[in-house]
Amino acid sequence: MFTTQDHEEIREAVRKLCERYPAEYWRELDVKRAYPEAFVNALTEAGYLATLIPEEYGGSGLTLSAAAAVLEEIHRSGGNGGACHAQMYVMGTVLRHGSEAQKQKYLPGIASGDLRMQAFGVTEPTSGTDTTSIRTFARREGEHYVVSGQKIWTSRAEHSDLMLLLARTTLKDEVAKKTDGLSVFILDMREARGSGLSIRPIRTMMNHATTEVFFDNVKVPAENLIGEEGKGFRYILSGMNAERILIAAECVGDAKWLIEKAAGYAKERHVFGRPIGANQGIQFPIARSYANMRAAELMVREAIRLYEAGENCGAEANMAKLLAADASNEAANAAIQTHGGFGFAEEYDVERKFRETRLYQVAPISTNLILSYISEHVLGMPRSY
Amino acid sequence: MKILVPVKRVIDHNVKIRVKTDGSGVDLANVKMSMNPFDEIAVEEAIRLKEAGKADEVVVVSIGPAQAQDVLRTALAMGADRAILITVDGTVEPLTVAKLLKGVAENEQPGLVILGKQAIDDDANQTGQMLAALLGWSQATFASRIDLGADRAKVTREVDGGLQVIDVRLPAIMTADLRLNQPRYASLPNIMKAKKKPLEQKTPQDFGVTVEARLRVLRTEEPAVRQGGIKVANTAELFDKLKNEAGVI
Repeated sequence: MFTTQDHEEIREAVRKLCERYPAEYWRELDVKRAYPEAFVNALTEAGYLATLIPEEYGGSGLTLSAAAAVLEEIHRSGGNGGACHAQMYVMGTVLRHGSEAQKQKYLPGIASGDLRMQAFGVTEPTSGTDTTSIRTFARREGEHYVVSGQKIWTSRAEHSDLMLLLARTTLKDEVAKKTDGLSVFILDMREARGSGLSIRPIRTMMNHATTEVFFDNVKVPAENLIGEEGKGFRYILSGMNAERILIAAECVGDAKWLIEKAAGYAKERHVFGRPIGANQGIQFPIARSYANMRAAELMVREAIRLYEAGENCGAEANMAKLLAADASNEAANAAIQTHGGFGFAEEYDVERKFRETRLYQVAPISTNLILSYISEHVLGMPRSY
Repeated sequence: MKILVPVKRVIDHNVKIRVKTDGSGVDLANVKMSMNPFDEIAVEEAIRLKEAGKADEVVVVSIGPAQAQDVLRTALAMGADRAILITVDGTVEPLTVAKLLKGVAENEQPGLVILGKQAIDDDANQTGQMLAALLGWSQATFASRIDLGADRAKVTREVDGGLQVIDVRLPAIMTADLRLNQPRYASLPNIMKAKKKPLEQKTPQDFGVTVEARLRVLRTEEPAVRQGGIKVANTAELFDKLKNEAGVI
């Protein structure tokens, strides 16, 4: 049903790994709101989360297309990479902007999985996507920075050793450009928990291990500052295109799983003496979501091509995320509708995927913000926010 | 000790097989192909024996079209050391496969050859036995456990009604049954390493074997569609049907 693709040998191996974590596994975790520890460990041990880490630091040193193939196949198999995908790309900021000492200290551990760096502390309750308005502040005191403030929607903080933390080091009204005065730190949460750092899980409509994080005078060694103080906004922006592309690949995987599930059921389910898939009312929504999935998939590839060529892929990365999230959302709707009442039954897994795909209309960037980006930066219309 | 593992490229076990409309065979166009699952078990066993220090090299061999390289790369990514591809287009019957493997075995001099007990496409279950006969080596088919010694091996076989343990002299031919092990999935570093492992290309002529067809497929057809069952109201009705309709009691 689906065309052959790049990295077929990697996809094949990921599919085999995922076969050991079937629908029942994810269903049970969903009920318990539990972290997929066994799955994440298997993926780590097999080296897939170290896809992008250079070989000299213990990874495989592959490009973004390989990482996208890994995540797409996880979702294509009915699983969910959301529990660990950030382990693949959060380290990118350390890799691109960190010192050699920081890379030597952290990257080999991240590659082996001994160190989990899959929490990214950016969003705050009062600033949302208006990142330059964050209030969490890191003040320099001798050989340390002392951090106070709060983050929200920090995914996987309870299942991560390190957090990449964005904080203001100069107040917004004291800098010439509002994007100045922000700094990025590697926060070792193993040390900080109990000395000012507290993490509270937030229950959500799907099993995503998201949290809010409180900083009450948390000390961070000055050597954990990435790059130069005050230039952190630039450092995190460079990682966001990769994040968008990888999450778009996950959405494509979700869409493929949902389309296959819906088409399969439409062929098998007999009502009024024939398969329900004989009705165009059933066929067309599935066919349309297939077409939209393929279009999204091509945009993901285009974004990857630009990213790997070192060209500006901001628009394509955003559009890939928009189109892929829309395609998976549409496929989820079609799959529920095709399954009728059974679509709501947990044992068919469609309702779980429906809930999971809904997230990507909102995270890691809301669809509206992508449309604003296209309007302003691609089409040159006035800035709306 | 060197272990030789033949692997076959077959229709993936997840694919729903369609018979060609003219009945000449099954449709292979645009169908996903993979390593025969029993061969995967054989590869896994060979790698485990190497990891346990009982073997020092695992060589995989495939006989088939150029695309069979893919299954060899999969085996290399699992941990095999090197691969041999004997390129043949079209159907190769078990006896021809056994003759070619005999040639490979004579060149390589393995202490052990582990094959899948059968391929899931034709279910012939003949190659291992034929190879043992051609080489004059011991055979232990349907293995569910292999205890390898220096010059002998104890093999637990799955036979009707239970397990049979036999003791064979090496070199030997063994065929893997389903419960021998659970094959590993390849890790990313091993997939990358596999790309650099040697893959030698051969032809049947290199072994002096002519590929010829001894069998002719008369017809291929799909299994009869299973009829839906019925619910019986009570045990009395069940007994009545078993006795008078099915005639089984």
